[in-house]
Amino acid sequence: MKTSLPLRLLNVIGLIIVVAIFAMPFIWMISTSLKTLGETMIFPPKWIPDEPIWQNFMDAWNSGPFLQYFINSVIVSVGILIFQFITVIPAAYAFARYEFRFKNALFGLVMVTMMIPAQLIFLPVFLNLSEWGILDTLWGLILPFATSAFGIFMLRQTFKQVPEELLEAARLDNSTDLKIMMKIMVPMAKPTLITLGLFNFITHWNDYFWPLVMTTTEKARTLPVGIAQLRQVDGGVAWNILMAGNVILVIPILIIFFFAQRHIIRAFTYTGVK
Amino acid sequence: MTKIQLKNVSKAYGNSKKVIDNMNLEIRDGSFTVLVGPSGCGKSTTLRMIAGLEEVTSGEIWIGDQLVNEVAPGKRGISMVFQNYALYPTMTVRGNIEFGLENMKIPKVERKKMVEEIAEIVDLTEFLDKRPQNLSGGQRQRVALARAMVKKPKVFIFDEPLSNLDAKLRGQMRTELIQLHKRLGTTFIYVTHDQVEAMSMGDEIVILDKGNIMQQAAPMEVYHNPENQFAAKFIGIPAMNVLPIAMLERNIGKMTDGRIFHVGFRPEHAEIQTAKQTTSGVHLPCEIMTMETLGSETLYLVNSDAGQFQVKSFHNPLMNTKKVHVTIPFDKLYFFDTQGNRVYTDGLPFEWRDEKVREEVLV
Repeated sequence: MKTSLPLRLLNVIGLIIVVAIFAMPFIWMISTSLKTLGETMIFPPKWIPDEPIWQNFMDAWNSGPFLQYFINSVIVSVGILIFQFITVIPAAYAFARYEFRFKNALFGLVMVTMMIPAQLIFLPVFLNLSEWGILDTLWGLILPFATSAFGIFMLRQTFKQVPEELLEAARLDNSTDLKIMMKIMVPMAKPTLITLGLFNFITHWNDYFWPLVMTTTEKARTLPVGIAQLRQVDGGVAWNILMAGNVILVIPILIIFFFAQRHIIRAFTYTGVK
Repeated sequence: MTKIQLKNVSKAYGNSKKVIDNMNLEIRDGSFTVLVGPSGCGKSTTLRMIAGLEEVTSGEIWIGDQLVNEVAPGKRGISMVFQNYALYPTMTVRGNIEFGLENMKIPKVERKKMVEEIAEIVDLTEFLDKRPQNLSGGQRQRVALARAMVKKPKVFIFDEPLSNLDAKLRGQMRTELIQLHKRLGTTFIYVTHDQVEAMSMGDEIVILDKGNIMQQAAPMEVYHNPENQFAAKFIGIPAMNVLPIAMLERNIGKMTDGRIFHVGFRPEHAEIQTAKQTTSGVHLPCEIMTMETLGSETLYLVNSDAGQFQVKSFHNPLMNTKKVHVTIPFDKLYFFDTQGNRVYTDGLPFEWRDEKVREEVLV
């Protein structure tokens, strides 16, 4: 199908505007991270600094125990990921494939937890964890997110699409439920699991609120909290240093996106075997 | 010893009406038994109860000399081939065939040997490392067969396995399954709604309707000697013609047996002619309504004063003919009572209108 030139032009302009809206803050962040402090203030703003100051990254990295923050972030994000897969997969399998008493009520309960805002329950959870004595530890950052209602919901939908005959065939092949789940259901749900894992990882890598509430010392602080603290350097806000810190924060996610792009796209075009 | 017995088996879902009502069925060891019936007759439910995929509501199921009501499907010594093949899509052909063996805890080296042997038999060796998605329908069907065969089960169960294949492949697979049964000598239970499959493959067919067994016998026995109107109409293409006896009394004379309500005859047993001939039988002047020429045979739908019925003829088609004469031999008539059950009679259950014909018959 051929569209007329003006229409195509309009299309391209529209796309440029959309991309600009999403990309502009990002480019601004990178640009600022390479400026001198003076350059960040001038008007009209400069998109490309006269001379890129790579030193900003070193300054940001060295202005706190960032290696510790980075390691904490990795442990917390990966830890949450592992815990969620351990809890979400069997729960979704049970809700999708088993008949038991109060199944619908229990599933409703799981769904309700999605609707309560985090700000509402952070205090009781905080008090609870304080009783357990795991405030300001990595466990305190991981355990509250050890399962995910959204994950259970998504994976249940996927598991429900698996034809019943496959499970029956497996049962006739003398397979245990655990094996049905791990060898047949999970491989078929791979796109969903990758999507869940990605969203999950990004959410908790970038999470600011909970680590801010939970941590009081640098031994458990994560990158976002650490970077936010860069603002307090020398009274004023050193925007160039702060943005350099943000770039450091975002790089791992960019790398993951780069490698997982294929899977992300495939996650949205689920194809089964006829 | 792997005969299968169902003793007073009933099945109901929830509180609704029974799908299977007090079924007693015995499947002979080593037989190729076909369960056949229209959709909703309970044939698949019966099959799934034998496989253990559905629980029985009441009654007992025996496989060999073991009561299997409480035995898990995987421990019944049964292999099943599903309508949609039900191949594990994320595994290779090898993985699919091997899965059951793995669960039987067979050592790896032995497994490999068994898989390769079976792949050789079903001609899949070159596809062993492919995924089912990349195979054609017929190849997938063979993978499903291989997966069933490799476990060396006591009983094979087939749930409409050929209905997803095109006509040509279906015919070919039919022959292959018959050969397979001959070679293995294992009990085969096969479910289909297609009476051609039932007739051509089974050495025993079980006709089901609304959860009840209408007849269980060898195919030709069902064809020649149906126990009731349902079995009579279900087997044979086209179906047996069944007319109310009252409509025929004018042509054949008064009935002497009060039980008889319907009379049936097969389309291929009726003779269609252009003029009345003196053969013994029911003579009906008819008018041709439609004609279907199928090459070796011709199918007529004719109208008589006894009602409409079909006639199959192996003679050349009667072109440009309207009025014809149909003769049905007396010994090809089947009688049924008001319930549709067969009425067996000694001799012919009516008075002769045409004394001359009577003499002919008696001579």
